Order: sequence, then C-alpha cells, then structure tokens
Amino acid sequence: MPIPVTELDDVQGLIKTGYGPLTEAFYLLLRVRDAQAARYWLQGFYPTTMGELKRTKARTAKHIAISAPGLAALGLGPEIIEGFSPEFVGGMGADPARSRRLGDVGANAPEHWDWGGADWAPDLLLMLFAEPGGLEALKAQEITQDLIAAFETRHLPAAPMDGREPFGFVDGLSQPTLDWDGRREPNSEQDLDYGNQIAIGEFVLGYPDEYGLYSQRPLLRPDRAAGLPRAHDAPDRADLGRNGSYLVLRQLQQDVRGFWNFVETHGGMPLAEAMVGRKLDGEPLVATGGRAIRGISHDQVKLNGFDFESDGDGLACPVTGHVRRANPRTGDVPGGDRGLIRNLLAMLGFGVDRRADTIASSRFHRLLRRGRKYGPIDPIADPEEPVGLHFVTVGASIARQFEFVQGAWLASAKFAGLSGEQDPLLGSRQPFPDDRPTDGFRWPQADGPCKAFEGLPQFVTVRGGAYFFLPGVRALRFIAGG
Amino acid sequence: MTPQSEFLVMAPVAAEAVAPLRALLATMNAQPGHAAPANPLLPFGAFPTLHVARFVVLVDETLEDLAAFGTSFPDAPIYLAFLGDCDGSAEALLDDMAAQAGAGLRSIFAHCQGFGPATDLRSWMAAHRVKSQAWYVNWVGRTVRQTHEEEALHQALATELRRLQDQGVIAPMELHTRLRAHVESHGPRLTPPDPTPLPWLLRHLADLALSVLVLIVASVVLLITSPIWLAVLRRHESTDPEIATLADRKRQQAIAQTEDHEVSNPFSAIGTIKPGPFRALVVGAALWLLNFGCRHIYTKGRLARVGTIHFARWAVIDQGRRVLFISNYDGSLESYMDDFINKVAFGLNLVFSNGIGYPTTNWLLFDGAQREPRFKAFLRRRQQLTDVWYKAYPGLTAFDLARNSEIRQGLEREAGGDAALRRWLAKI
Repeated sequence: MPIPVTELDDVQGLIKTGYGPLTEAFYLLLRVRDAQAARYWLQGFYPTTMGELKRTKARTAKHIAISAPGLAALGLGPEIIEGFSPEFVGGMGADPARSRRLGDVGANAPEHWDWGGADWAPDLLLMLFAEPGGLEALKAQEITQDLIAAFETRHLPAAPMDGREPFGFVDGLSQPTLDWDGRREPNSEQDLDYGNQIAIGEFVLGYPDEYGLYSQRPLLRPDRAAGLPRAHDAPDRADLGRNGSYLVLRQLQQDVRGFWNFVETHGGMPLAEAMVGRKLDGEPLVATGGRAIRGISHDQVKLNGFDFESDGDGLACPVTGHVRRANPRTGDVPGGDRGLIRNLLAMLGFGVDRRADTIASSRFHRLLRRGRKYGPIDPIADPEEPVGLHFVTVGASIARQFEFVQGAWLASAKFAGLSGEQDPLLGSRQPFPDDRPTDGFRWPQADGPCKAFEGLPQFVTVRGGAYFFLPGVRALRFIAGG
Repeated sequence: MTPQSEFLVMAPVAAEAVAPLRALLATMNAQPGHAAPANPLLPFGAFPTLHVARFVVLVDETLEDLAAFGTSFPDAPIYLAFLGDCDGSAEALLDDMAAQAGAGLRSIFAHCQGFGPATDLRSWMAAHRVKSQAWYVNWVGRTVRQTHEEEALHQALATELRRLQDQGVIAPMELHTRLRAHVESHGPRLTPPDPTPLPWLLRHLADLALSVLVLIVASVVLLITSPIWLAVLRRHESTDPEIATLADRKRQQAIAQTEDHEVSNPFSAIGTIKPGPFRALVVGAALWLLNFGCRHIYTKGRLARVGTIHFARWAVIDQGRRVLFISNYDGSLESYMDDFINKVAFGLNLVFSNGIGYPTTNWLLFDGAQREPRFKAFLRRRQQLTDVWYKAYPGLTAFDLARNSEIRQGLEREAGGDAALRRWLAKI
C-alpha cells in the first residue's frame, strides 16, 4: 500500500519544487578541510523544507547534499555508508565501467572533467536559490567565515532562469507528477498504458516505489540513531534515508554555436525541432489531447498530454528525438491495456510489437529534474564564455533512474532498435569498439526514405559530475552529529 | 535452414590451479573479458560456424547460504566451463578446434583435474560434455554466415540509398527497383539457405508431437493432483528461508570491468537448488517447459517478450544439486535485469525460485523477481566473472540481426505499396 508523506518538515523542499519564481541560483561544491568545523557548520544549517514552503511563500531557499566521500569525511563509518546504494558509494566518475555505461568516454571522460574526477571530487553540494536581485544578499549570509574555515569551495554559478535551456528550447516540461498523498496503487492494469503519476518512493527514500518496494539506504540500529525515524519496511531499524533522496549533478557544457551552425547548414529550424522532439516554444511534435493520461492535469494537456503510441515510425517525432529518448512515455506493454485474454497473450509475447517492446516501461525510469543553466544569457553574442546546464535529478534509485536513462536511452546507439545514432543532443559520438559510427541522425519522412545525417558533431560535453545524498532534516542532524 | 547446436565442456579445477588458469585465460583477451578473435590459444574467429563462446571459471560464492536450509556442500567443485553455440554440428566444431588449436586447448585444460600430457583431447572433451536442460536460440536457423552477409547487405544498401537520395531520388518504388539492381550488379552476394537436414526435421517434428502429448498428460495429472502439490508449494513458499544478503559491491565492480565493452554482454551464474524432492521436481518440470518453448514457440527473435538474448542455457549439474545459467544478451546488466523483471517475472519465478536465496514467490509465478532489489541481489551474487567471451558479430544486437533479415526479405520480395516500402526503407 502507498504511504503518504506527512513529515513535511523533514523533507528538503527541492524534491517538491524547482523554485521557478526564485530565478537566481548558485551552487557551491565543498570539500571538507576540517571535519569538526564542517560538522559544526552543518549543525547550524537549516535547509528549506516542504513544510516551510507550505506555510510561507519562499523568497530564498537553500539545500544541502552530501556525497559518499563527504559522508566519510564527516566521520560516518563504512558500515553506514555501504548501506547506501552501490552506485552512490561507487561515485559517478570513479569507475571506468560506469563511465562506459554513461557515455562518459572520449571528451566526456572523467579525466577531462573540471571537477568530480580523480583530482577534485566534491564532498558536499550547497544550493542557494533567490528571487530576482536577492542572490548576493543570500550568498553573503550563507557563505560565512565558518563555511570558509571548514571547506574548500568551488563555485558553480547559475544563470537566471527563464525556462529555456542554452540552445534556446523551452526546457523542463516533462516532469513526473509525484504521488505525495499515496493515492495510486501501482501495478494495476492501468499501468499497462503510460501514466505520469509516479509513486513517491521513486523520489523519496523510505516509501514504497513503483514495485511497491523500498530503495536501498542505510537502516541502522535504533539505539545508535536516536533522532531517526523507524523504517516503514523494517520497524526495528532506524531509517537514515527516510524523507531524503539521491541527487545527481552533472555539468553539461553546450556548444550553442556548433549546434545552430549544424542545424542551419543541414535543415534549419525543423531539423533542430526534430532533433529535440519539441518545437522551440515547447509544443510537442505529436498531437496532444487524445487518451486521458493519469497525472497530466487539464492545463498540462497542451504540453504533456501525449504519448508516442500512435507514432511508432517516428514520422511526427523521430524515435531518436531527445525528449522521446529521455521519456519515451511507454506503459508496461506496447498497445496498453487490451482486456484480460489479450493481456495474458501479450505477457507470453504474442501480439506485441517487437520494436516498440525494445523500450522499457517509463514509470521505473523517470527523472525529476531540478537543474539550472549557466553562462551568458545570449551565448551566440558571447561565444567565449562557457554555457551549459547544471543538470540535476533527484530520485530514489540512481541506477534505475539516472543511469538507466543516460545509458540505455540517451547514450545508447541501439535505443529502440535504432542503429548508429545516439541522442542527437547529448551523444558522445564515440564509435563502437569496431569503429562502427554512432554519430548519425535519421529523420523519418512521410513521403520517402529517412533524411539521414552522418557525422553529427558533439554538442554537449560533460565537464563534471557527482552523486549526492539529499538527506531528510533528521538524517542531516544525525550526519552533522548535532 | 541450418539448425544451431551447442556444446558445454566442464571439468573440475583444483583451488590452487584457479589463479594460474585465470591468468592464462586472460592472455586470450583484447579487452578485459573479451577475447581477441585471433588469439593464439583458441582463435575463435577462425571457426566460421561459431556464434558465441566463453571460458568461465565457476567459483560458487553462495555456498554459505545452504546453511539456512540445513544443508551444506563442502566439496562443491570449482569448474572450468568451456561452452559455445554454433551452426551445424557441435562435434564437428570441437573436432575442428582440437585439430586447429589442440596445443592451446591442451594448455588450458591442463589446469583441470585428470587432464595429463597423455590425455586424448577429443575424447576428453567428449567425455566432459554436459547436457543442458534448456537451451534458447534467438533465431533458429540463422547462421553466422547469414548474419555477416546480411550486415554487409545492410551497409551496402545504406550507402547506395544515401547516394540515390543525394541524386534526388525519393520515390519509394523507384528506390526499391534501383537498390535491387544495385545489389544484383554490385553485390554483396547472399548465400541461399541450405536445405534443412531431414534427420533434424524428423526429430524436431517427433519431439513436437511427443512433447504435446506429454504436456496434455502432464496437465491432466497436474490438475487432478493440484490440491496436493499446491499445498506442498504453499508450505514451501511460507517456510523456505529467504536470504537477504546484498551483493558485494567490490566484487560486482570487478565483474563490471569486463562488461559493456560491446553492445552485448555475457552472463554466467551458478546457484544451488533448494534441497528436497519437491524443488527438484519443479526445476525439472520448469526447465522442460522452458525448453519446449525454446524449441517450438520462441524460435524467431524473442523469448516471450524478451528480445535481447542471443543464446542462453540452463544446465543442471552436480547430480541435480546446482544449476548453471548462461546468457548472451544486449545492453547492460541493469537493463537486462529490468527487462527480466518487467517482462518475464513469471518465467523467472517458475525456473529460478527453486534456487536457494531467491526472493519469496507467491503461487510460484507471482512476486519473486518483482521484488526488484532482492532479485537483483540474488542474480548479482551468483554471477560469475566470465573470463573469456567471444561473439562473432560485435556491434550487432539481436534486434539488428532481425532487422537485417527483414531488409533482405524486403529486397528479395516484390515491392508492396508506398507505405510498406517507406517502412522498409526506414530500416536501412
């Protein structure tokens, strides 16, 4: 049974909102210089909670997340840290096998990163958000002498949020609707079709997920963790994860000029929109407003009231289009709910479209995006300044969410039965080991063969990245030892 | 049609021979775990009927779990397994290997117990063949040669199609005609399939008839006796201990270093069957049913809904105590396991739930694998590092192979309407 989230003062508000009105943001990567001073600073840090957001309109917000090395630097023992999921403990940039899966090869390889590789892996991530004009005051207030004494810092300034990513497309449109109140019981026949309302346990640790199960996080002996709540799934254990989540941060540098140069010489705006899978202003390329989709409210239909069931050939939106790869809007079975007998036959593989069935069910692989862009507002006019995204996702399983989407859907040159094309925006363009290329883009056409492009340049380069734990407030107090 | 066959040669290895054996096997690799096709010990690439093959040293690290069932297997052997899947006769392939790479094979098998300088390689391999209880072939009758030829066709058509498009030809009918003419004059040559061997066909049909008969009789017997065995099943499901040990992160990381170098990966695993006659019966019946499905139903690209497996097998070893599971699959391990859970959990439960440590099932088919974290931990803990793995067509997924066959069929067939032709062109 779903469990509603009621401990709102324990949940960092970032899981609830990306703070649209707080257009200014600033990220600070911290490395512990002095563990005691770091714990002291952390004891005095009060992240913005969901409860606060419910009570008052926020003018600023602040959040903290901690990496596995950070937990160790703050003094947590390995027996606790190993209780987190293996990919969190292993880290984003520290394992060549993981880098291969994520497409962090070639120019994307961790050895070229500005941060997050072997040289400079962050311990903590401090995130500040403010209303227009409010950021400098917030920084002055938060980046204190105590902080400077406790940590080495690296600044990741964000650009003011205007709803568009640096290439110019309206961004952040496809977000899951979180089932905070535990209204939906997953795994009914409704899930055979695409739905957008997702179990809260997919995004908040300590609650049932889409399988009705609990993601991995440390469960501790209660006598050693007095301030922590008991786990819902193990009442004799204290739950360090409860009301927290995992947070993935990746710095993605975008070659805006390169992208538009390519587009202008090869097909203009329609090509750019086919690569992205939405129009510049966010309008979907496929028709909206057909079947009612759970978790898509009436006012969202225009931008999100669609799936790709009726566009199997990708004539409206190429199958390889970025938004289609990032969220293919698949249900548990292609063709959806078709009645008891045909559902049973589908389970045995009869009457299911082979190509459509290469794509996994979306609900287990959703990203809750909370990132911001960086760099100048007009990157074309200011070509020397780096520009890109501080890509942030929050979720209860890094492996099943971020790593799956990034590896199997975005970076894979074999997504959905395609061959030789990665995500048109994010692809590393690294060939297969046998030199087979992956830098193609095929644009299906209604009146003839696909328009095929070869040799797509790399438009996005990974500049850094790390996995963090976004703790609940009680867990934060436990870690800070306060 | 040339049906495929399989071989599995398995022999015990003394514990102290494991390290030198693994070191020797590693010399065969171009990448960690991935064979160099021309490696001098066994040049896999020199055998044109060989699809996939591997050497794997099987060190079962879950024997401690047996204690939960009040049993133990202290003398469980460590095995070297050498196995593969090929077109036509596996005996002929093994003979060919012994003839062409006898010295290399001898140097490898010399690490096995009972293999000496005077041992006759061929008869030793024959004597150490182990039969699989269930064997899955992605596409029965698709040969290595066909795979290579159809990929060459795909590449040639893709190049020619782009050339024609650049010339401004886009009418589907016209393109089909010109592409056909191009392949007729420029190749690549496509070998027509060999006739299906009559003995195989007869055996296959007899097997189908007999199997259906067995299915009918077994169903009736099962139905009549269902109150008894369902009661036994429920008792087992409510009392079988579940082992919640998590996979060791460092061990998993070490195995991962051999994965994702290619679009496909090998999976090797060994596990112990729960003690007692009931589970032995269920395993036997489940593998029989699975094998029936593999031979007679799922012969064209998919095992139920899973389309990412090239070859797989299940072999009961150690007088029914343990099961070896081997697979060659597309994508990464995490997505493979997700595919399993979301598409064929019922089948996994039927087969694997008889293994010690499996997450508890409900009425044999439900829950089990759907308990995602525990199921993943179950598989990961039993996973073995595949020392040497070879695949004859790197870079190609099972889906690619099926698509290439469709491209060929569309070329050889008379052109259909514009919509069908457009779909065909989109595959190129």
